[in-house]
Order: sequence, then C-alpha cells, then structure tokens
Amino acid sequence: MSSLLKVILQRLGLGLLTLFAVSVIIAFVVELLPGDITEAILGQTATPETVAAFRKEIGLDQPAYIRYLDWLGGILTGDLGQSLASKRDISEFVGTRLSNTLFLGGLAAAIAVPLALLLGLLAALYRNSIFDRIVNFTTLTSISFPEFFVAYILILFLSVKAGIFPGISNVSTDLAFSEQFYRTLLPALTLTLVVLAHMLRMTRAAIINLLSSPYIEMARLKGTRPFRVIFHHALPNAWGPIVNVIALNLAYLVVGVVVVEVVFVYPGLGQLLVDSVSKRDLPVVQACSIIFAAVYILLNLLADIVSIVSNPRLLHPR
Amino acid sequence: MYSRQKTELDRLQAKVAKGNMSRREFLSRVSAMGLGAMAPGLYMQSAMASPKHGGRFRQGVTGGATSDVLDPGQILDHYMLNVQFGQLRNNLTEVAPSGELVPELAESWEGSNGAKTWNFKVRQGVEFHNGKSLTSEDVVDSLNHHLGEDSKSAAKGQLGGVASVKADGKYGVVVELTGGDADFPFILTDYHILICPSNGDGTIDWQSGVGTGGFSLVEHEPGVRTLTKANPNYWKPNRRFFDEVETLQIADSAARENALRTGELDAMNNVSPKTADLLKRQSGINVDSTKGNKQITLPMLTNVSPFDNNDVRTAMKYIVDREQWLKVVARNYGELGNDNPIGPANFYRATTDELPQRQYDPDKAKYHLKKAGLDSLNVQFHAAETGFGGSIDAGQLMAETARPAGINIEVVREPDDGYWSNVWMKKPFSACYWSGRPTENMMFSTVYAGDAAWNDTYWQNARFNDLLKMGRVETDKTKRREIYVEMQQIVHNDGGTVLPLFLQDIFATNDKVRYPDVIAGNWELDGCKAAERWWFA
Repeated sequence: MSSLLKVILQRLGLGLLTLFAVSVIIAFVVELLPGDITEAILGQTATPETVAAFRKEIGLDQPAYIRYLDWLGGILTGDLGQSLASKRDISEFVGTRLSNTLFLGGLAAAIAVPLALLLGLLAALYRNSIFDRIVNFTTLTSISFPEFFVAYILILFLSVKAGIFPGISNVSTDLAFSEQFYRTLLPALTLTLVVLAHMLRMTRAAIINLLSSPYIEMARLKGTRPFRVIFHHALPNAWGPIVNVIALNLAYLVVGVVVVEVVFVYPGLGQLLVDSVSKRDLPVVQACSIIFAAVYILLNLLADIVSIVSNPRLLHPR
Repeated sequence: MYSRQKTELDRLQAKVAKGNMSRREFLSRVSAMGLGAMAPGLYMQSAMASPKHGGRFRQGVTGGATSDVLDPGQILDHYMLNVQFGQLRNNLTEVAPSGELVPELAESWEGSNGAKTWNFKVRQGVEFHNGKSLTSEDVVDSLNHHLGEDSKSAAKGQLGGVASVKADGKYGVVVELTGGDADFPFILTDYHILICPSNGDGTIDWQSGVGTGGFSLVEHEPGVRTLTKANPNYWKPNRRFFDEVETLQIADSAARENALRTGELDAMNNVSPKTADLLKRQSGINVDSTKGNKQITLPMLTNVSPFDNNDVRTAMKYIVDREQWLKVVARNYGELGNDNPIGPANFYRATTDELPQRQYDPDKAKYHLKKAGLDSLNVQFHAAETGFGGSIDAGQLMAETARPAGINIEVVREPDDGYWSNVWMKKPFSACYWSGRPTENMMFSTVYAGDAAWNDTYWQNARFNDLLKMGRVETDKTKRREIYVEMQQIVHNDGGTVLPLFLQDIFATNDKVRYPDVIAGNWELDGCKAAERWWFA
C-alpha cells in the first residue's frame, strides 16, 4: 500500500506544478487578448480620461509580471484576491457559484453514471439485440446534437408543453433544498443525455472485450448464469477503462457546462468565467481556471487510483 | 357569473385597460356573452381601473454582468440601469412617459445669467431607505461624484460643462456652468446622475445601494439576480404598486421567452424582432413595442480618404436601401432614418417638408461619385454583432445595393471583444448604434459636436458648431426650432454618418401585468421604470 501512497503524493506534486503552469499560461493569454478591463467595462462610453482614471485605480499601470507575482503571492497565502471590476473578494462569490456548479454536476452524475453503467451492462449482455440497438441509437443521437439543442427540446416538451418543470433554473441561496433540487433537475437531465453515450459505450465495449477471454468461457462452461458472469467475473476487470471515461465525463460536467448554464439561466461557475474573460477580469479568470484545473487533476488522479486498486498488477510494478 | 365568462371578461377588460380594445368592440363582445345590460358599466370600470397594490414582479432583462457594481457612474447596460435608475434611486429631474421634463428630487429650478447659473430647490421631507433625510449636501456630493480628474464616471462627458456645484442652505443647490445651456435640467435626467446619500466628507455611499427610490435593496448578486422590496415611505404619489421586484439577468433570448411562457417571468425586455410575431401568437402573452430614439448608424471617418470628400459621403448615403433594411434588420419594428440623429421622441425633429426622406438611388450615388472625380470606389465595412445586431447581414445587403453605383463594399467581420476600442472610431467605416438622447442639444453635443469625445466621425462643421452654441442659450421656442432644423439639415447633407434606421424596443408581458396607456420610449421597459409604473391586475 505504501507504493500507492507514493503514487498519490507524486501525482499531487505534479498536479501543483500543472496548476502553476496553468496560471502562467492564463495570465499570458489574457494579456494577449485585445483591450483591457477598463476598455471592456467602459465599452462605448470609454474616453481617454475615464480609461486613465480607471487604470490607475485598479493598478493596471503596473507591468503584467508584477501584477502576476502579486497575485501568486496572494494565492500562496490562501488569498484569491479581489475582482478588478467589482472590488469584491473573489472567495466570497466564487464559493456560491462553485457550490451551484458542483450541485448541478453532482446531480447529473448521480443520474448519468448508474444509468450508463446499467445500460452498458445490459447492452453488453444482450449485444446486437433490438434493445442494444435502441440504446445505442438514442444515446448516440443525444450526444450528436449540440447541448443547447437538447436543452431547448427538453424545455419545449417538459416545461412549455407539459408544464412539469420550470423554464429556467434560477436557483438562489434562499431556496429550500427540495426546490433547488426540482429547479436543477432539467439541466441535470440535459447533461445526462450529453454524457451518457460516452460512458455507456465504454462500459459495453470493455465488457464485450472481456467476454471473449478464456476465463469467461470457463465460467460459462461451468454453468454460471450470464448475469453473474458479467457482474462477478467480467466487471471487476473492466473497471480501469470505465472509470477513466467516467472521470473525464465528471470533469466535463463541472467545467464544460457553460452553454447549459446560459440556456437554463443557472448561476454556475462557467457563466462567471465567461463574464470575467469578456471583461478581462484577470484575478477572477485565474481563480476559475485554477478551480477547473484542480477538478480535472483530482478526478484523473482518482481514476488512476481506482484503476490501480482494481488491477493488482499495477499495484506491484516490477 | 360562470367562471369561463369571468375569465373571458377579465381578458377583455385587460385589453381595454391597456388601450388595445375600443369601447364599441368591448360592448359588442360583452353583449355576446349575455351581459349586455352590464356592459357600459364594465367598460368604465376597466378603462378607469386604478392600479392595485401587491405582488412580486419578476422581470427578465439583458445587459447584466458579474462585474456590475452599484456605483451610478458605472452603469453601462440595461440591467443596472433598470435596478438603480428604475428601482433604487431617483434623479433631480425625470423624463415623463410623454417625453416632457418633470421634477423628481428637485422640486423646482431656475436658470439665470444666460443659462449659466442654475438654482435647484431640493424636495423636502424625502427620506433615504436608511432613514436619512435628503438635503442639499447629498445632491452636491452626488453630482461631484461624476466630476474631477479621478472620476471614471461614464457621465463625465455629459457634465463636462459644469464648473462648480455648491449647496445653498439645506435645500438649495447652485450649479455654475462654463457656458450657457438651456437644457441643463434635461441632462440631469441621465441615468448615471442618481442621488445617493452623502458620507459627509464629500463622497457618496453608493456601495450600500441606499437611495430614495420606490424599492430598497434586499439581495443583489451581480450578473444573476436582484431582489428589492417596496419602500414604504416612497415620496411619489400614485407610483410603486408591487410589493417586491425580482430582476433576473437572462442573456439568451430563447431562455427569456421560455421563462415568460412557462410563467417564471412577468415581463421581459429585448424581444428579438425575429421571434416577436411567434411570441405574439401565444395565449396569455402580450407583446408590445415603444418608439424611441434608438438608432443604428454607420459612421464614416471624415478626416481620412475617401470620406474626407463630402460627395463620397453623400454617395454612400444613397446606396443604402433603407426600406429593405427595415424589413430585414428590424422586421418592421422601426422606422426609416434620414441620416439625422434627431428621432421620433425628440421635440424639434425636422418635418419631411423641411428635410425630405433620402431614398435608395444608385444613379444619384454615381453622380456624386463622379463629382468627387471617381468612377468606382472600394471600401471596407467593419462590423460585429456588438456594433448592432444583424450588422453583418446588413453589410452584405448594402454591398449588393452599392454595386450598381460602382461602389464595391467588402464586409469585414470584426471580433465582438474590444470592438468599441479597436474598430469603432478607428476604422474608416464601421457599424454602431446609439440609444438616442431626449434633447437635440444632448444628442448633438454627445456625438456630433466638433469637440465631443464621441464625435465618432471626427466631423468638423463650423456653422454646425456655432449653431450648437446658439441653441444652448436660446430660450425662445420658435428660434430654437429654426436653429435645430438647420442643424439637422447640415448633418443630413454634410455629416459623416449614414443613419439608416430607428429601432423600436420590443417587450413582452404575461396577461397579469398592467401598464398605463402612455409608456415611455426613452429606455426599454417603460423607460426602465416598469417597477414603479406598472401593476398586477
């Protein structure tokens, strides 16, 4: 087990290095974008005098690397800094947004992951049957459409026509949990349809792959029932690839949902990031990017750990 | 009465209340329901229905961002305009729905010394949301907030002519201008120039959101949602009927429409002209539009070749097929522009006799091109959706209609980001829009005066600039009209701006919302004051 701990620590160290690289790249890229925050915020109303006064007020007259080092110094002491545009502490408003995003992603994952696994297993079990075809066809169709289209279709049928769900998901902190759950369900369903196919097909392929191996044949010859063959014999060996795909999709549920947030008016982190990029509010962009990068790194780390644990050969490398 | 009859009757009465149904039609429809004897009484009841109090008004609006702040000097788009100007705070003066200037926090005012000195009397007995009484100190500090070197207020330009602002006793304020301006009280209706409580040290407290408006701030999450509740001590009589107002930022127009259709919203702004007619067909939804001075413009930089030649500029004005633009860009929610920024909501707008409508005419364009010594002309039109919605398609249309005149237009798609800094006022020919101004002087001083910061065509016309100064101090209405008509003719004939269209604002409400017969067109949603002017049935 100590080698596993070593792997984890190693990965975490590399993760920190990645985060640092991400922050440097972000700072550099935002600097490359045309215009700065003063021009982006003042827009058509910008005059040379107001732009100059604004720049001075937020310290934009300093060179970029000094501003970056200031920010880095802050974040190393746990201070995310302040938004250039609104002067609010970033930790204060990123927190709510992050918990909203995690709630939406979590709800979508809670629906999508079990569903994908179940359907994938069933599709593998009854492969090439009508059921398999239908499952494949519908999930591939839903993943092929752009997210906003899937969202509009769901809104049209489930909220405008049937009136089951609200047309927008404007959650706020003063809502009861049940109300928040109800309002988040439709965007979560949209995301489910978007990520389902990927996980389902990986599950199906991994299981089918194993079903042709000799030990499965042996199990079958012993007279084991098909369900037991899959759950007991095939699945434990298929976890590695499946978990990797699940991790990628979970990461997507957190960082890739901007479009769905916009369509459902859901106040998540993606919307905040888009707003901040268009306003060139660098500290907020940095904070969001670091959070997103950390989510990716941690989920991938988790996937690796699960693959290692589920495959003893990886646990004891020679 | 049967409940079905009741619903139908409510619907008819609502139409009457909004002015969408004549007395005659109402009477015949009600008689058909078997209520003939009651009909005239019911008509009176609905036509004169006095607004009811109560309810939470939920409006979905555009233009909010996470970077929004409660500083009135930094109001940049519709969302914060609606929240601050329409709910939390008041100005000294107000533009009434009819377009005339009425007192708000200033009870009265008087100009003297050739409209250079302005004395304002501050309304007494007005309280801020935190219980503080309004005095001249609050007004002085609120105006000074936009002045001075360190101010980054967007109203800095508007108030550029202010030399000093001083208190005169507890309820008097004196403003000295560097030059006379008969329209100065009109400038104070600008949505940035809101009155906030003074901190006592020359600065104002804008951070708390405290104001004198009809609603006080409960919760504000920038770029997402704002909740306000009725101010029980609101000083304006017969205004503010809702208990609460919830304002939601909804950028996506389909999302706004869905929210309205599923009952999540009571009203929305910025209905896309493309979907307005579809939305209209939904039962329980009411789509309406207001005429204002919102205009799309195509500025040509008059200080660079080829647009430094007025014949080239005139040729460009003739190659735009305005009728076609009205259909394609505005879907008929607008009216033709005449290369003159003075619009339907202005007082001294030139009549069609004084200034005939310019039409699409490739022959005349060719004639002017020839006069400029050119057989053909190649120009680039720089556009992005930020300039105005549909500007790229409109540019393609213009390229087609320009060809017979020998003008080749290449439409260059520019990025939305940084458009106002890198394209507008930088490229010789670009796309732009203005929301218009309530007075001729403000419009001309902001965009067309030789020394204006936003003179987006770098246009210099000595006669025009002289007339602008004369108009500012002239108080005789007939003479003023003469001056402003001549200025409109000069802009039309010599200016650097092609102004193809005035656009209407389209909004939608559900059938619970009632609003007055006359609603303001200066900003969207009844001058952004739906919160205090509208009510529920």
